[in-house]
Amino acid sequence: MVTAGIDMGAKWVKVVLLRDGEVIARGKALTGFEQKASAAKALADALGQAGLSADAIDRTAATGAGRKDAPGSPIELTEVTAAALGAVQIERSARTVIDVGAEEGRAIKTTDAGKVVDFAVNEKCAAGSGAFTEAMARALETPVEEIGPLSLQSSQAIPMNAQCAVFAESEVVSLLHARTPKADIARAVHDAIANRIVSMARKVGINEHVVLIGGVARNVGFVDAVERELGLKITVPPDPEFVSALGAALHAAERRG
Amino acid sequence: MAEQEYWRWTEYRHHDESIDPRAGAIVAAGIDVGSVSSQAVVTVDDRLYAFSSMRTGSNSPDSATNALNWALEGTGLTPGDLACVVGTGYGRVNIPFADKAITEIACHARGANFMYGPSVRTLLDMGGQDCKIIHCDEQGKVRAFLMNDKCAAGTGRGMEVFADLLAVPIEQVGALSFEVEEEPDPVSSTCVVFAKSEATGLLRRGWPKSKVLAAYCAAMAHRVVTLIERLGIEKEFAITGGIAKNAGVVKRLQRELGVEPLTTTYDAQIAGALGGALFATALVRKGKGRKA
Repeated sequence: MVTAGIDMGAKWVKVVLLRDGEVIARGKALTGFEQKASAAKALADALGQAGLSADAIDRTAATGAGRKDAPGSPIELTEVTAAALGAVQIERSARTVIDVGAEEGRAIKTTDAGKVVDFAVNEKCAAGSGAFTEAMARALETPVEEIGPLSLQSSQAIPMNAQCAVFAESEVVSLLHARTPKADIARAVHDAIANRIVSMARKVGINEHVVLIGGVARNVGFVDAVERELGLKITVPPDPEFVSALGAALHAAERRG
Repeated sequence: MAEQEYWRWTEYRHHDESIDPRAGAIVAAGIDVGSVSSQAVVTVDDRLYAFSSMRTGSNSPDSATNALNWALEGTGLTPGDLACVVGTGYGRVNIPFADKAITEIACHARGANFMYGPSVRTLLDMGGQDCKIIHCDEQGKVRAFLMNDKCAAGTGRGMEVFADLLAVPIEQVGALSFEVEEEPDPVSSTCVVFAKSEATGLLRRGWPKSKVLAAYCAAMAHRVVTLIERLGIEKEFAITGGIAKNAGVVKRLQRELGVEPLTTTYDAQIAGALGGALFATALVRKGKGRKA
């Protein structure tokens, strides 16, 4: 059986194709302002890689903020359900899943079967999401992919007073004017967002093993900051932004038609 | 070509030619060094004599000095003629020549009491990086307050970000936001960063700038109303701070609250510095003025 999982994120649409429990292809497209077209593109991309046509898909499930616009009249599931299912599939021992995307952050307590016990979400404020690091990278005039490695070169922790991304941007500019090394500012940026995310995770309770997913998990500076904040080693799966799409594809496979 | 800075508002100064500062008994000053703007006010025996308002620089002491010097320009007065200087605002502890620092909450309440009269009971101060609701008595004394300084939604800085995004000079935002046939729904995001992406989407969908501004001003007004309702509103109601000059926010706020704010001929942005100058005058009367 072939199922498709589509994660309609704020910034990217991610697609995972699954055949009998094995990932056979993945696709990704910028969400942009035409998310229906973007989703169709990401799906076509994945189908092309798998050498399949759309009718080869037995069932589709969609998650993410824009899931109403997903193609193929899919089964819908929440981001929380999808994240827990996907994370536990990859890392059996996962009990706390932290998912940080472009505009949302969430912490999920899960069972060994990927069933959600409790969760907390930040969706109202950019301070706990990828949008925060993006804004700070702009202020630092550093490409967002480089801000993580840059922060690892920092030699000192400096505090950031601002929580709000708008105020933090001005703070970064003042720090630059005061000739604070960029690496130290980058570290302060990651410490700030890690602090927000971890305090949210503490509300649901942290059980080992902790797995970090979502696009922001690719940022090594953020991962390092979360580990320091938690005082724990955490696991980041190889393609952290596809985990929720995988969860959706698994959900589609589990549902009997 | 230099990029136009749409957020940049006009700096200004003024002094009242009809007052002779040399004839007065007490000449005092209040300086409000805010996160975004700084104001200096000079009073002569409890009358507003001179004031200035300018952007806060990267350094609080310099901003305070510049604002005071500009307010005094052309008056024939020098800082040495001041019997007492009170510093207020976010940078108040960093004003070397101030005789005393007083919180901006106390100063705004005192200034509003002077500007709007003793009937003010609820004051909304919308500053550059924060937003405060203050309850005060007929003497302008603070009874309770509530503040948002964690989030740019509902602050002047948030409005500056929007002026830049839409390339509309900030002083025209209010008027332009009323050039709509029908009032749109407010943008759904509270967060300025998310509201920005939402607004970009609306522009791409072909919304005119005026309509996007209407949607944002309404969202900002709603955000502030939520804060006001947490403390409650008692009449009379007045607004101070930079956003008091933005009709796009003020009228929508008034519509949602169902309460009309008091109006004044004074400049609502100098309330904090004015309150500081009035406190400074009172200190002189108590013999606690400038330490020579």
